[in-house]
Amino acid sequence: MSGINDFAFRIGTVNGTGSASANTLLMQSIFRMGVPVTGKNIFPSNIQGLPTWYEIRVSKDGYTARPESLDLVVALNPGTYARDVAKVRPGGYLLYDSTWPMERTLSRDGIDVLGIPFGEMCAEAFTGDRERTLLRNIAYAGSLAALFAIDMDVISEMLKEQYGRKPKLLDSNFRALHMGYDYAREHFSSPLPFHLERMDATGGHVLLDGNTASALGCVWGGATVGAWYPITPATSLMEAFKGYCGRYRTDKSTGEKAYCIVQAEDELAAAGMVIGAGWAGARAFTSTSGPGISLMQEFIGLAYYTEIPAVFFDVQRAGPATGMPTRTQQSDLLSIAYASHGDTKHIMLFPADPGECFTMAMQALDLAERFQTPVFVVSDLDIGMNDWMIERPRWDDRFVPDRGKVLTAADVEKLPRFSRYLATNGDGVAARTLPGVGAKGAYFTRGSGHDRHAAYTEDAAAYQEVVDRLKRKIDAAADHVPAPILRIASDADGSVGPSIGIVAIGGCNAAVVEAVDRLRDRGMRCDYLRIRGFPFPSSVTDFLEEHETVFVVEQNRDGQLRSLLALETGIARDRLFSILDYGGEPLTAGVVVAAVSQHFAGVPA
Amino acid sequence: MTSIAKPPVRHPGLQKNALGLTRRDYEGAMSTLCAGCGHDSVTSALITAFWEMDIPPHRAAKMSGIGCSSKTTAYFMRQSHGFNAVHGRMPSVATGANAANRSLTYVGISGDGDSLSIGLGQLCHAIRRGLRLLYVLENNGVYGLTKGQFSASADVGSTAKRGEPNLQPPIDPVLLALSLGATFVARSFSGDKDELIPILKAGLAHNGFALVDVISPCVSFNDHEGSTKSYRYTREHAEEVAPVDFIPLRREITAQSAEGTAMSVTMHDGSTVRFRRVKEGYDPTDRDAAYAYVRHAQERGEIATGLLYLDERGFEMHASNRTVSTPLVDVPFASLCPGRAALDELMEEFR
Repeated sequence: MSGINDFAFRIGTVNGTGSASANTLLMQSIFRMGVPVTGKNIFPSNIQGLPTWYEIRVSKDGYTARPESLDLVVALNPGTYARDVAKVRPGGYLLYDSTWPMERTLSRDGIDVLGIPFGEMCAEAFTGDRERTLLRNIAYAGSLAALFAIDMDVISEMLKEQYGRKPKLLDSNFRALHMGYDYAREHFSSPLPFHLERMDATGGHVLLDGNTASALGCVWGGATVGAWYPITPATSLMEAFKGYCGRYRTDKSTGEKAYCIVQAEDELAAAGMVIGAGWAGARAFTSTSGPGISLMQEFIGLAYYTEIPAVFFDVQRAGPATGMPTRTQQSDLLSIAYASHGDTKHIMLFPADPGECFTMAMQALDLAERFQTPVFVVSDLDIGMNDWMIERPRWDDRFVPDRGKVLTAADVEKLPRFSRYLATNGDGVAARTLPGVGAKGAYFTRGSGHDRHAAYTEDAAAYQEVVDRLKRKIDAAADHVPAPILRIASDADGSVGPSIGIVAIGGCNAAVVEAVDRLRDRGMRCDYLRIRGFPFPSSVTDFLEEHETVFVVEQNRDGQLRSLLALETGIARDRLFSILDYGGEPLTAGVVVAAVSQHFAGVPA
Repeated sequence: MTSIAKPPVRHPGLQKNALGLTRRDYEGAMSTLCAGCGHDSVTSALITAFWEMDIPPHRAAKMSGIGCSSKTTAYFMRQSHGFNAVHGRMPSVATGANAANRSLTYVGISGDGDSLSIGLGQLCHAIRRGLRLLYVLENNGVYGLTKGQFSASADVGSTAKRGEPNLQPPIDPVLLALSLGATFVARSFSGDKDELIPILKAGLAHNGFALVDVISPCVSFNDHEGSTKSYRYTREHAEEVAPVDFIPLRREITAQSAEGTAMSVTMHDGSTVRFRRVKEGYDPTDRDAAYAYVRHAQERGEIATGLLYLDERGFEMHASNRTVSTPLVDVPFASLCPGRAALDELMEEFR
């Protein structure tokens, strides 16, 4: 890589210094120049004072995975100079704040070091520590605009949108921007060999993070009750839901809200609230991460056994225990698939980007009510908290939510007797009633053993009738979860031989798509199946059976998806080869390419 | 078992409430608790309270956790939806249900294990949240279903059936609720229906969380000599501070006590709670005084009963949230979903 509209850079700062807005400014400007762009925030679990990085990848080909090598690193945090210098690819650039001399031991052959006295310039131009600190960020954005040929008109317009109503702030931001820009133009040959040129590849797209998209899916999907306990990296999901409900669900004249968000005392209570609301007939959800899923296990089993709709967003982070709260992983698959004691199995949806967070949030609300059971949208930190370039989400006003089998008072009156847990047709779903429907439709919901009439039982046959139906019901959901997306290698690719199978889920997709292209360029035929739901549809089993060698790409140590595939499809484990990446950072295509190549070269992975 | 199944015969002379329902229409399944269990008396008092309040059974929802007390939701109002959730976590389920449908009357039945040990956090936060729920804590100081372990409400020095004394200080739900800002705090005794029924009725009318701690002796594991939650001990040590009459709005208000000995508090819905002053100077609207009174009674080895504290304004979750008056479950999808044009417009902000 590295060329026109094809490069990557990273900015290293200290968190709490306001660099996020400058980074967003850069990314959005590139996006508005029509050039595909992705941003990855590598941040600490901390509010102020620890190292933080932001990586921006520009890809004319539209690849959105994390970059493998960095053409330029902006080092503004002396505490990480050594790491930042080491990250620059051979022949790349280091840009640092030359207000203070850089230690000689940190110099490196084969890279160009560019020094700009950002601190000194801002100290002279501005007053007050806070202003100087904040504007230093805008100054480096200006320098990068010169080095990468980012259109200054685009940046200026963005600053105007942001600070239009605060002329003083706008003025100082402009000054800082031009200070950085002018310095770079005067002192270095700008632009650098790799830089931007206008394209037309971002039309019809937006830059959106997955948590915001999930929240929007819940607003548009008709969720009215949200219960949660704050946890990184899921907090911004419910905060976004709150924000958009404030905008779209609050009566402007009365201030009355057509929603109820409860910040619970813990995740157990949050799960209980979602289940209570689902029982009463509302579309309800919670947003959480792995530790929350652990705490919710008992309630998940209750909802499964009593057949109550409930939607859980798990924005996964690196575990176990507290783990690394600001690092990504896909390590909750097994703890969700069979969550809670006793025999259970749960529906999972795996969004691969914020666009799917939006659609799957709605699908989850539908599936939960259709199958009267917990449904999990299994996202991760990378999808949830980073801005992705995605196709603009659209809404079809003809959408009608699937509320499942809910009997009205009139429906109940027609029945000789209402039996809550008796399914009358083949899908295994029994009709339910909502509290308040009327005396004849009343029933007692209990987590203890119950028969088809919802009456307490310790009778083997009556108990088994219900749990056997539950199994049929969840198995049937396999045909209703989002179908896998299959990319079959084409003869036109010029590749030869039998195809290699690659299977992945969720946030791995961006890197796998890129890896498959690169493997194809090396003459390897790859068929790629991206699984989007659990229980696995039969097409997943078919794919595994049709391929002699299948690589399972996932972000956890133990190959949880591979285990789940072996367990659920009965496929021999020795035909499934794991490609694992679990350090907590978003997956790169290189990891996949290297692992597949090494496998065929006989090199142990 | 305390009773045998009775045939569904309706005597034409049975008294009916304003809905034309008899008290039997508010009954539930046959109790499976031990004969003489205090909880069955509470169940009976609840049946009377709901019946006398003219609450349609199907417009009520019965919530409970796990334990002997939590089983009792099956023993009254079979025409109501009921939810026997997980141990100690009924308040969260009730919160969600109430969030979704605020138009139902919610009653939660819990015990001292369910409320004060495994569910202590949920109880506290339901109080803080102002969940509109009549919360009946059937308190017997013992784990009955697991056969006789001390609960967190057992008094220091109280002995278990086999003789070992409890050494840990108790958690008093009344003091807890008072300190957490509860707007309705009462204590009663399962064996005193005259006191309990008006309290339950007032609790049902209260606009917020209504805690009713009911000393409800366990005949199997905590009714022996040395227990401080036995029938005998409670009868001998209960000290009624503020006996109440509850007068629903729709009934004609008639003075039952002479002026000067009674104090009326009007609830948010216009109904009235009338306190007869047994203890001179007891003011049920003074939180600090109520706290001090309960503590002093305990020091004397007495159990203060009655409606101990009431803030007639209440404190309620939906009022704090400013939720629409229409139950959320009844708000049509068309008004919940902002639609296509709004999404298109919003997406302009993400480019």
